[in-house]
Amino acid sequence: MNIFAFITNVLSIGIPFSVSLLLASTGEMFNQRAGIFNLGCEGIMSMGAFLAFMAPHTLQGTALEPWANMLGILAAMLMGGLMGMLFALATVTFRAPQGIAGIGLHMLGWGVAGTLFRFFVGGVTGIPGLKPVFLGMNALAYLAFLLVPASWYILFKTPWGLKVRAVGTYPRAADTMGVNVARTRYQALIAGGVLAGLAGAYLSLGQAKMFADDIVAGRGFIAVALVYFGRWNPFLILGGSLLFSIAQSLQLAIQVQGIAFPYEFAVMLPYVLVILVLAFAGGSTVRGPAELGKPYNREKRV
Amino acid sequence: MKQEQIRELRTIGITKRFPGILACDSIDIDVGEHEILAIVGENGAGKTTLMNMLMGLYQPDEGKILINGRETRFRTPVDAYAAGIGMVHQHFMLVPSMTVAENVLLGMRTYQKFLRLDMAGVKRRIEEISSRYGLPVQPDAYIWQLSVGEQQRVELVKTLCLGARFLILDEPTSALTPQETDELIALLKRMSSDMSIIFISHKLAEVTALSDRVAILRQGRVVYRGSTSEKSIAQLAALMTGHEVNLPRNEGLDSCEEPVLAIDELRVRSDRGFWALDGFSLTTCKGEIVGLAGVAGNGQRELADALSGLRHVDAGSIRFLGREIANLSPRQIIEAGLGYVPEDRTTEGIVPAFSVQDNLVLKDVRAARFSRGPFLKLDAIKRNAEDLRERYDIRCASLAVPAGSLSGGNIQKVILAREIARKPAALVAVYPTRGLDLGAVEFIHARLLELKSQGTSVLLISEELDELLDLSDRIAVIYKGRILDILPAHQATRQKLGLLMAGIREVA
Repeated sequence: MNIFAFITNVLSIGIPFSVSLLLASTGEMFNQRAGIFNLGCEGIMSMGAFLAFMAPHTLQGTALEPWANMLGILAAMLMGGLMGMLFALATVTFRAPQGIAGIGLHMLGWGVAGTLFRFFVGGVTGIPGLKPVFLGMNALAYLAFLLVPASWYILFKTPWGLKVRAVGTYPRAADTMGVNVARTRYQALIAGGVLAGLAGAYLSLGQAKMFADDIVAGRGFIAVALVYFGRWNPFLILGGSLLFSIAQSLQLAIQVQGIAFPYEFAVMLPYVLVILVLAFAGGSTVRGPAELGKPYNREKRV
Repeated sequence: MKQEQIRELRTIGITKRFPGILACDSIDIDVGEHEILAIVGENGAGKTTLMNMLMGLYQPDEGKILINGRETRFRTPVDAYAAGIGMVHQHFMLVPSMTVAENVLLGMRTYQKFLRLDMAGVKRRIEEISSRYGLPVQPDAYIWQLSVGEQQRVELVKTLCLGARFLILDEPTSALTPQETDELIALLKRMSSDMSIIFISHKLAEVTALSDRVAILRQGRVVYRGSTSEKSIAQLAALMTGHEVNLPRNEGLDSCEEPVLAIDELRVRSDRGFWALDGFSLTTCKGEIVGLAGVAGNGQRELADALSGLRHVDAGSIRFLGREIANLSPRQIIEAGLGYVPEDRTTEGIVPAFSVQDNLVLKDVRAARFSRGPFLKLDAIKRNAEDLRERYDIRCASLAVPAGSLSGGNIQKVILAREIARKPAALVAVYPTRGLDLGAVEFIHARLLELKSQGTSVLLISEELDELLDLSDRIAVIYKGRILDILPAHQATRQKLGLLMAGIREVA
């Protein structure tokens, strides 16, 4: 076996695998930087994947066909934004416990996407999918990687990023400085939802080129874990996404090559890796959002 | 920014209710131009609530705020800033993970360009303000790197950068060393030529040193308004508490007969991994109160943790009645007879959701007095609690209410009652009166002196110099994890202790 070919193989599968994770976890990073962790990321991705699939599926043979993929992606982002807003309504306005609300959002997105899919489509159908534009990857993949330095800049160098970090770390201080805590958290959750919707769209349009109930397969939850793993920093999150997806493609390659290694363990590898890294990455949150998970109530006495 | 000068700020009949409490009850105050008004009151008197209404953080239920005679409503802090009112909060409103400049920028719309932060502009503004008022700050430092005194300067600079010409300071000296306090008071006096100031405090010496007029709040009402110079400190204290206050003093000065707690060359790491205690040695004797003075963050927390078994000791020894207790488990240390009044009373001192009576037996549930096998003797627990409530004047609606619902002073009484009832050979008390009002302080001081007279050795960790001077037989000063010096109480003065706390050892 040629070792060079093996590595190329692992990378060429692994890097496209990382795109949806990267988009979703970048979105989740904005949520968490603003102090809200959205466990419903998985559900938003399901809806995004479904809507992005539905557009080319229903528009096949119509005049809009050339725009179908684009419309699908836009629909996925719009739905992501709306679901982000719904989550903000629950956790910011009504101060619902974020973990429970997130699980609810996950169930909602996952269930609705699956039900509508069975109602409108039924069985497994392929779709045309996005065309590769460069080095065998499509435009969404490049967008995802460009988003890494862009979100770093937004977070650390723009007024909005400053507000997001302030409301996630010390909302009362931000409030006394005239920052609208609720509005900033809404904005961050909507932005995160849009990115999660896009991540879902990439899964159905760019990666699988089809839709199935469990197409997201836990990536939304992995994305949440990757944000902790990456200490709320876009570049470290990129590293985490690559590490995870390359571990995943490595286990595929191990199986394909027929290397004598129990495949059950190979399949476990990426997940074990995340748990291990999270276990050792613990500790200081000096630079992270200290108020993560806590609703803010101005009139509550401290 | 074009703003009208604030010549007079007045509140009329301001009232604010929180569920179950009337925090402010029809409060009238007024502040004139270049005037310093002190607002004085015990905890829960409504001082901070009143100020939060002036800043637009809370909305008053009744009453109005007048500026230069015109009624004004502040819906958010932005409105208050726009009118020129700025507040330095007791808990600093600074985001620790951001730099000084970023914190200032957060509130300054003019420097927030589209997709860009005007860092250079905001730094120039900070320089301008800090040189005008003599408040040195480093714009690029992260807040978490700064000492409490430095953070306070940043708060002041921030508030002034935002254009405040009417300053509200909420207990600004509570975390400062005596020197820093003196500097702040001098600074505020200078600044009053430029602006009006409301100064909130319960430290009456500062109030008389600084303010022109004083308003005293008690249980949400103004009980006295007038010129500061008309009243003595004792009169102000009596007005504030509603009764005469006599803080007890340590009169006996015993020589050391037998050591109880002997700490030798202790080395302990902080949470961030550096040596928080670096060769710390101190001995306390039977029937002696040893005060440990120092600016918070010099190793006090780690010392308390190490003594109570909550933190690993890397080197050195702690001998308690001749027995080594370093690195024993908290339970072993409790059973050895060391009492502990922790710094954070609601998270370490009690289980807030448990009833008062359960909290009173937390350390003794396994004792035969309170349990038989796996079963609790509920009658005995209740009788014990009734007895302690009587003796320690614990004010609670019933012994079955959650301990967390009591006031700070009563929670501290629960902890003290539990610890003293166990008849400890030594008691470690960490900031036992922090944040408590004078009545509770008086009670706790009396109990500590009573313990001393019964032969208990007390290690009192505190940052209140008056408390240390009143109670201690000897006062040790901790600086950067070591004892800098130990003074007999009768030789210690505020000045000497202040210098030592700042790390300056006097050249003899």
